[in-house]
Amino acid sequence: MDMKSLYLIVPLAPLAGAVIAGLFGRAIGRRGAHSVTIAAVLIAFLASLVIFQDVLAGNTYNGPVYTWLISGDVRFEIGFLIDRLSALMMLVVTFVSLMVHIYTIGYMADDPGYQRFFSYISLFTFSMLMLVMSNNFLQLFFGWEAVGLVSYLLIGFWYTRESAIYANLKAFLVNRVGDFGFLLGIGLILAYFGSLDYAQVFQAAPQFASHSISLIPGEAWSLLTVICILLFIGAMGKSAQFPLHVWLPDSMEGPTPISALIHAATMVTAGIFMVARMSPLFELSDTALSVVMVIGAITALFMAFLGLVQHDIKRVVAYSTLSQLGYMTVALGASAYGAAIFHLMTHAFFKALLFLAAGSVIIALHHQQDMRYMGGLKKYMPITYWTALIGSLALAGIPPFAGFFSKDAIIEAVGASHLAGSGFAYFAVLTGVFVTAFYSFRLLFLTFHGPERFRQHHHGHEEGAHHHATVEPKESPWVVTVPLILLAIPSVYAGWAYIEPLLVKGWFGSAIVVAPAHDTLGHLAANWHGVLSFITHGVMALPFWLAVAGIASAYLFYMVRKDLPERVSRKAGIVYTILLRKYGFDELYSWLFAGGARKLGGRLWRWGDVTAIDGWLVNGSARLVGAVAGLVRQLQSGFIYHYAFAMIIGLVVLVTWFVQP
Amino acid sequence: MTPLNLTPALPEIFVLALACVVLLVEAFSKKPEWSYTLTQLTLVGAGAITLLTAEAGKVYAFNGMFVDDLMGDVLKLVSYAAAIVAVAYSRAYLSERAMFRGEYFVLVLFAVLGMMVMISASHFLTLYLGLELLSLSLYTLVALQRDSMVASEAAMKYFVLGALASGFLLYGMSILYGMTGSLELTKVVAAVEQGSSSLLAFGLVFVVAGLAFKLGVAPFHMWVPDIYHGAPSAVTLFIGSAPKLAAFAIVMRLLVDGLHPAVGDWQQMLAIMAVLSLMIGNLAAIMQSNLKRMLAYSTIAHMGFLLLGVLADSYAGYSAAMFYVITYALMSLGAFGMVVYLSRAGFEAENLDDFKGLNARHPWLAAVMAMVMLSLAGLPPFVGFYAKLTVLQALVGAGWLWLAVIAVIFSLIGAFYYLRVVKLMYFDAPHANDLAPSGEADVRALLSLNGLGVLVLGLVPQPLLALCAYAIQTSIQ
Repeated sequence: MDMKSLYLIVPLAPLAGAVIAGLFGRAIGRRGAHSVTIAAVLIAFLASLVIFQDVLAGNTYNGPVYTWLISGDVRFEIGFLIDRLSALMMLVVTFVSLMVHIYTIGYMADDPGYQRFFSYISLFTFSMLMLVMSNNFLQLFFGWEAVGLVSYLLIGFWYTRESAIYANLKAFLVNRVGDFGFLLGIGLILAYFGSLDYAQVFQAAPQFASHSISLIPGEAWSLLTVICILLFIGAMGKSAQFPLHVWLPDSMEGPTPISALIHAATMVTAGIFMVARMSPLFELSDTALSVVMVIGAITALFMAFLGLVQHDIKRVVAYSTLSQLGYMTVALGASAYGAAIFHLMTHAFFKALLFLAAGSVIIALHHQQDMRYMGGLKKYMPITYWTALIGSLALAGIPPFAGFFSKDAIIEAVGASHLAGSGFAYFAVLTGVFVTAFYSFRLLFLTFHGPERFRQHHHGHEEGAHHHATVEPKESPWVVTVPLILLAIPSVYAGWAYIEPLLVKGWFGSAIVVAPAHDTLGHLAANWHGVLSFITHGVMALPFWLAVAGIASAYLFYMVRKDLPERVSRKAGIVYTILLRKYGFDELYSWLFAGGARKLGGRLWRWGDVTAIDGWLVNGSARLVGAVAGLVRQLQSGFIYHYAFAMIIGLVVLVTWFVQP
Repeated sequence: MTPLNLTPALPEIFVLALACVVLLVEAFSKKPEWSYTLTQLTLVGAGAITLLTAEAGKVYAFNGMFVDDLMGDVLKLVSYAAAIVAVAYSRAYLSERAMFRGEYFVLVLFAVLGMMVMISASHFLTLYLGLELLSLSLYTLVALQRDSMVASEAAMKYFVLGALASGFLLYGMSILYGMTGSLELTKVVAAVEQGSSSLLAFGLVFVVAGLAFKLGVAPFHMWVPDIYHGAPSAVTLFIGSAPKLAAFAIVMRLLVDGLHPAVGDWQQMLAIMAVLSLMIGNLAAIMQSNLKRMLAYSTIAHMGFLLLGVLADSYAGYSAAMFYVITYALMSLGAFGMVVYLSRAGFEAENLDDFKGLNARHPWLAAVMAMVMLSLAGLPPFVGFYAKLTVLQALVGAGWLWLAVIAVIFSLIGAFYYLRVVKLMYFDAPHANDLAPSGEADVRALLSLNGLGVLVLGLVPQPLLALCAYAIQTSIQ
C-alpha cells in the first residue's frame, strides 16, 4: 500500500467508525458500537505508527488529495502535510483517543447514550486528525470548527442537565469569539497572499515582513503582526488562554472520558499546534511573539492559583490544564516551539492519565466529585492511586518523570529569551512550578490519603438514588485500569527518552522555523551533556526545589496541620474570595457581554427586526410576492386560446422589438 | 458525393430497429414484461453503441445532415439513462392503471429516437424531423390514459399549441433558407456572416420562439403547467427529464452553431425570456397546491436559468448550461419519481398535502425527497448549488451582472416553495390518507441512488463539470 492511501486511512477510519456507530447504533448494539469504533481508532493508530516510522526515515509529504473547487486563482483543497510535527501529533492524538475509547466502555457502561457517545468521540478524533494533517488554512479551519462542534455536542452530552447545557453553550460562544479572530486572520492571509496553501504562504511571508496596513486611518501596523495576533486569538479560544479561558472549567460537565480526550490531551492543544505550525509567520513578528508569551504567562500563573481553592476533583485538574497550556504558550512566545510540542506531548499523557484516574475515583464513589468527601482511597484503589501518583509527579515536574523535562526546557528557554515581557514570563513560570506542585499533591492527599470521608452524606448535592449507596469503593474494571497503566508508562519515560532527540538534535527539521535571533532552545542544545547531566543540573536548580517545596507545603497543609487551610483562607479572606470567584471573569462576562448584548439585542430586535425587517422586508416582500403570484396565477386560465394568444403576443412583441426596418 | 458512412448514426439505427421489434413483440405476446425488458435492453445497448462510437471532434454523415460529436454523445447517454430510470419508476404505476402495454414502450423508444436525431441534427430538416418525432410521441403519451378527461384535454392543448410552435419554427427556418439559400447549419452560418439584415432578425425571432416553446420558457410556457398536471404522472416524469436535454441540444445547434453571427440579437431575446421565466416560474409556483403543477412552474424557472448560461456566450457559459440541464434532469427524475413511487391504484400522491408528515412514516423516502428539493432550491452541498453557481459565474464573467442579480433574487424567492415541501414532510402531522409506496425494492433502491446522486454530485462536481467543459470545447467552434 502506498503512503498516500495510508494517510487517507488515518482520518477516514475514525470517520467510518463514527458514521457506523452513529447511524446504525441501534442496529449493531452496544458491543457493536464500541468494537467498531475502537477497531477504527486502532487502525488509525497503527497507520500513524507506520507513517511515523516512514517520516523518521526522511519521507515527508505535502500535496492535495482532492480539489473541492477552484474559484479564480484560489484553490480550495483537501490536502495533507505530513512531516515530523504532524506525524508526532497524529501519534499522540490517536494513542490518547484509543485509550479513551477503551476507558469509555467502563465509564459509560450504564449510560443510555452509549452508541451516540462512541460515535461522537470517533468523530472528534476524525476532526482533530483533519486539523493536524492539513496542508492549508481552509482544512485547518474545517478541523478547527469540527472539533469545536463535536466538543459542544460532547460537553452537553447529558443534555437533560441544566448545567451541561449552560456549559456547552458557554464553550461554544467563547470559542466563537476566538474563531472570529482566527477567521479574520485567515481572511487577511487570503487577501494578501492570494493562497491558502501553507507552503505558498510561508514561502511568500518574508516578502511581507515589512509590509504594513492601516486598519484605522493614520495607524500603520505591520501586516504580519496583525495576522499573527488574529490567528493567536483563535488559539486563545481553543487553547483556553486568558481571557478566553472561562469555558474550560465549566466544560467539566461532560463525561470524564471527554474531559480527558478533549480538554486535556487533544482539542485544547490545537491552538498550540497551530501556532507551532505557523512558526514561519510568527517568527517574523516580535510583537506577536511578545503578546503570545505574556498571555501564556498570565494564564500559566493565575490559572494555577485557582486550582488551589477548588473542591471538585475534575475542576482542579481542569485548572491545572489551563495553567499547563499557559506554559506551552509561553514556550511558543519564546520561540521554543519544540519545547511547546514536547510539553504538549508529555502533558497529553500525564493529563489524560490524571483525568482518567479522577474518573476512576468518580466511578468508585458513584459519581461523587467533591474531594471533601473522599480520602483514604489508596487501599481500595491501588492501581488508580499509583498511576495518579505517577501523573502528579509528572505534573509537578519531579525527575525523572516526563513533566520535569518538558517544563524545565520551557523555563530555560524563557530565561534565555530577550523579548519584551520575558522577565515577567520567567517570574510567572517559576512561581507556577510551586503552585502546580502544591495543588496536584493537595488533590492526591485529599483523595487517596487521610481519613475516609466518603461515607459522610453530601447534603445539598442532588439526592440521586445511587448516592445513598454504602457499598465499599473498589478498584475499577480492567477497561478503566488498563488505559491508566498504558498512559502511566509514557508519563514515566517519555521525558528522558525524547528530550534529546526532540529538543537538542533539531528533530522537527524544516517543520518548524526559528529565526536565529530567537533561538532560545539553541542555548539548551549548546550546553547539552546528556540526560543525566540535565537531571543533575535540574536537581540543583531553582524550579526543582520550588516543586519540592510545593509538595512539602501540601503535605504540611493537608496531612500534618489540617487546620491550616481553614486558617489561611480566613486570614486571606479577600484573596480567597477572589480566587473562589475565579477573578470574577464569569460575572464580568455575563454582565458586560451577556447583559449588554441582550440589551443591545433587545433594541435591535424591536427597531431593526420587528419594524424594519419583519414589518417591511420579510412580511412586506412576502405580501408583495404573494400578490404578484396571485396575479400570475390568474394568467393560467386553462383556455387554449388564451395560451395561443399569449404565444402570439409574445412573438409580436419580440418581432417589433428586434426587427427594425 | 462522400461515401455513405453510417457509423455516426449507428445508435439511432439500432434504436429504430429495436423499437420496431418491440412493436412486433407486443403484437404477438401478451406479456408486457417482455416489452419492458426489451426496452431497457435497447436503451442500454444504445448506450453501449454510443460509447463505442464516441470520438472527440465532429464527424458528419448523410451529406452534412447529421453530426456526431462529444456534446451529442454525452447528452444522448444522459437521455438513455433518464429514459431507463423513468421507465423503471413507471412500471408499477402503469400496471396499476392498465397502461403497462406495448404502446407505452414503443412511444418512449420513438421519443428517445426523436431526441437522438434532434441532438445530432446539423441540418434544418433533420432537426425538424427529430423534433416532430419527439413531439408526436409525447402528445400520444400524454393521451395514453384515454378515458381520463384531464389527460385528453392536456394532450389536446399540447398538440394544438405544439403545432403552433412548430409553425413558428418552420416559418423562421424558411425565412432563413430564403436568405441564405441553404438548410445546412454549417452553410447557413457562413452565409449569415456576410451581413445581418432585418430579415435575419425576423427569421431569428420565429426560430427562437419555436425553441422557447420546446424548452417551455416564458412567454411560450403556458402549456407546461397544464400538461405536467394533466398527463399521467409516469408520463410527466418522462416529459420533465430527457426531452429537456434534447431541447438544450437544438438550442446549441441552432443558435450557437448555426446563427452565431446574430449573437447580439438572440442574446437579448434569451435575456428577456430568461427574466420572464424566472419571474413567472418562481412566483406562480408559490401559489400551487398541486406538487406536479408546482414542479411544472419550477421547470419554467429552471429553463430560464439554463438560458442564462447559453446567453453568456462563452465556453464557460455553454458548459455551465450543459451541466445545468444534465443535473436538472437528474433532480427532476427524483422529484417526479417520488410522486410516481408514492402513488398507488386509485390514488395520486400529487398534492402537497399528501406529503405532510412523510418523515414520520417513511423517513428514508422523506430524506431522499428533501435532498432533491434542497438541490432544486440550489442549496449547497447539493448539486443544484453548483449548477446555479457555474451559470452565475459564467454570466458575471460575460459582464451580465444585472441578470445575475435578478437570477439570484428569484432563486431566493423560489427557495420558498421547495423548502415548504421539506417543512411539510418534517414538521407537519401526517395526513390521514397514508402513503403506501407501491414500487418494488429495485425501484426503491434506484430512487435512493437518484437522491444520493444529487448529494454525491454536489460533493464531487468536478468530474462532470470537466466532462461538460471538454465536450463543449470539442464540439463548438
